[in-house]
Amino acid sequence: MAGPSLQHPSSTPPNPTEVAQLEEPLTPLHQPLLHESGLKHTSGEARYVDDLPSPPGMALCLVLTSPHAHARITRRDAAKARAVPGVHAILFAEDVPGLNDVGPVIHDEPLFAVNEVQFMGQSVGVVVAESYDACRAAAKLVEVDYEPLPAITTIDQAIAQGSWLSDPHVMKRGDVDAELWKSEVKLSGEVRTGGQEHFYLETQSTLALPEEDGSVRLLCSTQHPSEVQAIVAHVLHVGRHLITVEVPRMGGGFGGKETQAAPFAAMAALAALKLKRPVKIWLNRDQDMAQTGKRHPFMTRYEAGFARSGELKALKLELFSDGGFSTDLSRAILDRAMFHSDNAYYVPALMFTGRVCKTHLPSNTAFRGFGGPQGMAVIEAIMSRAAEVLGLDPAELRAKNFYDDAPRNVTPYFMEVKHDRMPRLWKELLASSDYLARKSAIESFNASHPHARRGLAITPVKFGISFTTSFLNQAGALVVMYADGTVQLNHGGTEMGQGLHTKMMAICAHELGIPPASVRAMTTATDKVPNTSATAASSGSDLNGAAVKVACETLRARLQPVAARLLGVPSESAGDILFAGGKVFLRTRPELALPFGKVTQEAYLSQVPMSATGFYKTPDISYDKSTGRGKPFHYFAYGAAVSEVELSGLTGEHRVRRVDILHDVGASLVPTIDRGQVEGGFIQGVGWLTCEEVLFDAKGYLLTHSPDTYKIPAFGDAPLDFRVQLLEDAAQPDVIHGSKAVGEPPLMLALSVVAALRHAVTAFGRPGAHVDLKMPCTPEALLNAIEAVRSV
Amino acid sequence: METARSNPKVNRLRFTLNGRQVEEARLSPTTTLLRYLRDKLQLTGTKEGCAEGDCGACTVAIAESGPDGRPQWRAVNACLILLPMVQGKTVVTVEALRGEDGAYHPAQEAMARALGSQCGYCTPGIVMSLFEATYREDLKDRPWKLDDQLCGNLCRCTGYRPIREAADRVAGSCPADRFAQGLAQAAPQSMELRLEAEGQKFFTPVRIGALWDVLDFVPEARFVVGGTDLSLEVTKKFARPPVLVSLEGIAELRELKETEGAFRIGATVTISELEAWAESRLPSLARMVRYFGARQIKHRGTVGGNLCNASPIGDLAPALMSLGATAVLVSRAGERKVPLDAFFVGYRKTALQPKEILAAIEVPRPGPEARAVCYKVSKRRELDISTVSAGFLVEVGADELVIRAQLAFGGMAATPKRALKTEAALLGQKWAAATVEAAALKLAEDFTPLSDHRGSAAYRARVAANLLRGFFEETRVHAQPTLTSRHTGTVQTYEL
Ligand SMILES: Cc1cc2nc3c(=O)[nH]c(=O)nc-3n(C[C@H](O)[C@H](O)[C@H](O)COP(=O)(O)OP(=O)(O)OC[C@H]3O[C@@H](n4cnc5c(N)ncnc54)[C@H](O)[C@@H]3O)c2cc1C
Ligand code: FES
Ligand code: FES
Repeated sequence: MAGPSLQHPSSTPPNPTEVAQLEEPLTPLHQPLLHESGLKHTSGEARYVDDLPSPPGMALCLVLTSPHAHARITRRDAAKARAVPGVHAILFAEDVPGLNDVGPVIHDEPLFAVNEVQFMGQSVGVVVAESYDACRAAAKLVEVDYEPLPAITTIDQAIAQGSWLSDPHVMKRGDVDAELWKSEVKLSGEVRTGGQEHFYLETQSTLALPEEDGSVRLLCSTQHPSEVQAIVAHVLHVGRHLITVEVPRMGGGFGGKETQAAPFAAMAALAALKLKRPVKIWLNRDQDMAQTGKRHPFMTRYEAGFARSGELKALKLELFSDGGFSTDLSRAILDRAMFHSDNAYYVPALMFTGRVCKTHLPSNTAFRGFGGPQGMAVIEAIMSRAAEVLGLDPAELRAKNFYDDAPRNVTPYFMEVKHDRMPRLWKELLASSDYLARKSAIESFNASHPHARRGLAITPVKFGISFTTSFLNQAGALVVMYADGTVQLNHGGTEMGQGLHTKMMAICAHELGIPPASVRAMTTATDKVPNTSATAASSGSDLNGAAVKVACETLRARLQPVAARLLGVPSESAGDILFAGGKVFLRTRPELALPFGKVTQEAYLSQVPMSATGFYKTPDISYDKSTGRGKPFHYFAYGAAVSEVELSGLTGEHRVRRVDILHDVGASLVPTIDRGQVEGGFIQGVGWLTCEEVLFDAKGYLLTHSPDTYKIPAFGDAPLDFRVQLLEDAAQPDVIHGSKAVGEPPLMLALSVVAALRHAVTAFGRPGAHVDLKMPCTPEALLNAIEAVRSV
Repeated sequence: METARSNPKVNRLRFTLNGRQVEEARLSPTTTLLRYLRDKLQLTGTKEGCAEGDCGACTVAIAESGPDGRPQWRAVNACLILLPMVQGKTVVTVEALRGEDGAYHPAQEAMARALGSQCGYCTPGIVMSLFEATYREDLKDRPWKLDDQLCGNLCRCTGYRPIREAADRVAGSCPADRFAQGLAQAAPQSMELRLEAEGQKFFTPVRIGALWDVLDFVPEARFVVGGTDLSLEVTKKFARPPVLVSLEGIAELRELKETEGAFRIGATVTISELEAWAESRLPSLARMVRYFGARQIKHRGTVGGNLCNASPIGDLAPALMSLGATAVLVSRAGERKVPLDAFFVGYRKTALQPKEILAAIEVPRPGPEARAVCYKVSKRRELDISTVSAGFLVEVGADELVIRAQLAFGGMAATPKRALKTEAALLGQKWAAATVEAAALKLAEDFTPLSDHRGSAAYRARVAANLLRGFFEETRVHAQPTLTSRHTGTVQTYEL
């Protein structure tokens, strides 16, 4: 990969007459570009919501929260608090003119609690004042009386008490019980995965600006501006046309700003409209961690039947997720967990049942992978266990169970697996990572060290791409050209660091044949592209990219006749006019090229419309939950990782020594950006599975409410030897420029670290000893597992 | 006091920020540098990610003179720095890194080129840590020193690989640019200050005599040095301590001295200064300090602050106790010495009397036969508080018999504590695996650890015993083994 060229993409608008002379690559697409905001990030010029200059008269907010996990509210009195100097308002449920609800799918999540609180940290009201000091002083004087009620704080309690947020979702094929009974080897057990705090570096924040006619403009750090708009509109009881939501950029999202930005935005909007002054809400780290939901913890019971050869015959799963107190996106997340309980493996006979538990904890929400990681963690644990029990090489056992030709090509939800890249990818990675040689080197290391063991493992990822709620698979774009040949690009996706703008600019520049520096990606705004879906499900580039392309094609078609006239080409040949390298020319006469800016100038003078929208929807996807059948995904993304770890038998500490990843992003739109997604996703997954531990006490108090106690991977946790390759010659049909989604799938590659740790743990005991390794694999969990294999 | 009162200069805050002189007289002295930059000056490049020193998004650089008197750029957490702490100093924020011609600093360019930013929120802080690294001359042992340089900067997006690439490019490159020159010119200025605003007082005396005068004037004062413990009360609990007295300006408290028989470590020596100094003198102490907080914390946190805070999980206490250290306490009445074991009198309680300070720590030179190692186990290796920490020193005499055993633990009791029964089980015995096994059993008599979010009681007990075993194994090879660059556990791997 050639080094990307260092030029500030948007600070130097090219002189349109010079564009035609640029000797850059003809297109930025598939090139190693820099992040479109990279230099601005490094200079501190890139602005986030909380960095915007405070408008005059701006008030600040402090959310009043419940000190109980579950309680009845018997009295609320803010009279004394309202008298505190500097306090503008203290708002409760009765101050909400519209619907007091912020639930994105189901209306079971009040903006402000009314009679009952259902988790510690739930919003009861909000103090609005001129300073945080005044907010805090007032908050101390707000009187709320509670009558505590019994609280459910674990999945097990919820199951025991029948506390649910969903009906069971069932997928089945064949007679699983009969097949289990017939199996040569039966395994059963329980797999638990923990929660995960998003820990976006920028906490939730919104600035609400009241404008004319009762309208409000919100500058909001959210992945889902259209939903914020819709929720704010119904909270305020106004039409959506009065609410504009703009996203300058986010300091990370990872799913945590998909639904959970809305409540705070709604509070700011409510206060701004009431007080007729700008209002900012910003959560500090402890507030953000205590008040917002996390990745869903899961508990899954399994029964698996294997042949002695290692072939999986039957699989019965019961998945339970901890939804927290409200539904949020929990049902779709559970669905995705079930859609990924097969990972890359064919399961002949199966029955998967899933249900969301209701607990008195913050409402758990989207987090990179959206249930997929939780589903995959189960099958990968089962595969590791089967290899341990059967004494087979785990890599061979896994490969033996991959999807294959018919009939072994049908998923548990009866979707056909096409363009299966796993066998090829697996083979290439085993070779490039030198798996076999390293495995035997590890055996000799393990034989010669008393207190240290190494482990090596390879695991696959097959991840379905599309929103599983089919209608969400749509996107829009608005491309605006100016007479000088520069372009403003609006699309429905939001930039949270994933490089979406960089990719969209590359697509736009490619389609119009101009350099990316002529294209400016605008802040995402609901008044530019309406009714957008969340930037989520890894779908941002696929959907928005296709919409951008359509808009650009429209513009190109309008420019072609203009260019034909300038070039003196008959109008029938206008369709043969091409746009590339900042030039416009007839395919057969490239030497007579016109600068793009000249054509746009002429188009303007000829009264040609210079803006166009584009729209895209994913074809042919649907899923019927009642039958558990359908084609919920447009395609699958593939990847595999080989991880090597070393583990201390004295303390349970470990280090990841080397990681080799081969990942399929199709024909990468921007390989530098995609590599960043793979690396970042992988390490985030490693965090979830090793050092990140969300802990609540029995009363529902979050013990790990700041980075002092909640540990995401730090600099030294990343392996020094970290080799990432993108699968070559892998263009994907029917996706924008042959690319594939990349946001989520790499996170699950981190399961290879768990598998490698299991390998290292087994090396402390006798072969075949039962490994009971809890996730996250903290030093304590690992030492417990080591002690257990040692004692048999 | 008289001079302070008559000198109007010490009644206001003055420091150099991004090349400009800044003066303030009316600000609450517990305003943090971060809030000042963002709220007052609209310098919003510096971010708040946690307000507790754990994320590095607020990193800025300060020119500080080390014990050798040479100024260096030091990356620090603006969220924990109270404004009076920069009195007389030179501060650089990310906004100042681009030249007037718009040229980017090598650290910025390297980050952008490596795609070291995704969402960009951590980036200004990372750039400032790389800014320090750019001018460091001591980065030969690179992998772990880069880990150490950057582990105080969390990034949730990139997975760090590109940031390491950027670090590799600029660390230790020492360009002769305006920052290198500025450093040469940043002559240390007096930190003297006597600030009263918003109902709060802050004093920074610069001579010990002046300190006693201040204390007579405000006996209710609390001491502060780096503020890496104390500032959390301000940023997390929103406390407004009414009177603070900083010991940071008193030069004699920051000295590192050695005599034939002992070392003397000044109380306001920072952890990073201690680390560099201890490497060749007290390797076990240096080993403990490698994973003390992160670079930014090490630059501000001090030896005295760590001990006087009297946390049961402070890392220096077990290390220094195992070395047989003595605390030197000073008041107007004079000096007294207390063995460090006796300095901790209860949970977060020390032997300090009112108006008395910890002035220094004295550490006897370990004998040539001494085996000494310190260990720290935490959930995350870097920038984490100990689940269990330990400092061990054993001297083995003739016939392989143990003639000295000093074993101290953190995280095992309400205070850092010696394992006296375990020590007794070693003394006079042959230094052998069986002795260690027998002694390890005694740990259960010395300690009844607690369970918390960092680890269960059972884990703590098991690890404490394993550390002793590991100590025995490790010191069979070297008496005072140093840590390798990227070791796996706190006890190092060795071959059979
Ligand atoms: C993010 C982070 C990570 C940390 N990591 C670690 C770690 O890994 N290991 C660890 O042990 N600690 C750690 N700490 C705690 C802290 O950094 C240390 O305890 C540090 O050494 C305190 O020094 P200070 O000068 O900043 O103390 P300050 O906060 O200035 O003072 C602490 C207390 O000591 C008193 N005091 C200070 N000096 C004196 C003196 N000379 N005489 C009398 N009283 C005095 C003060 O009055 C105050 O009560 C961490 C802190 C943070 C914020
Ligand atoms: S804001 Fe996180 S370290 Fe200062
Ligand atoms: S780039 Fe987003 S946190 Fe580092």
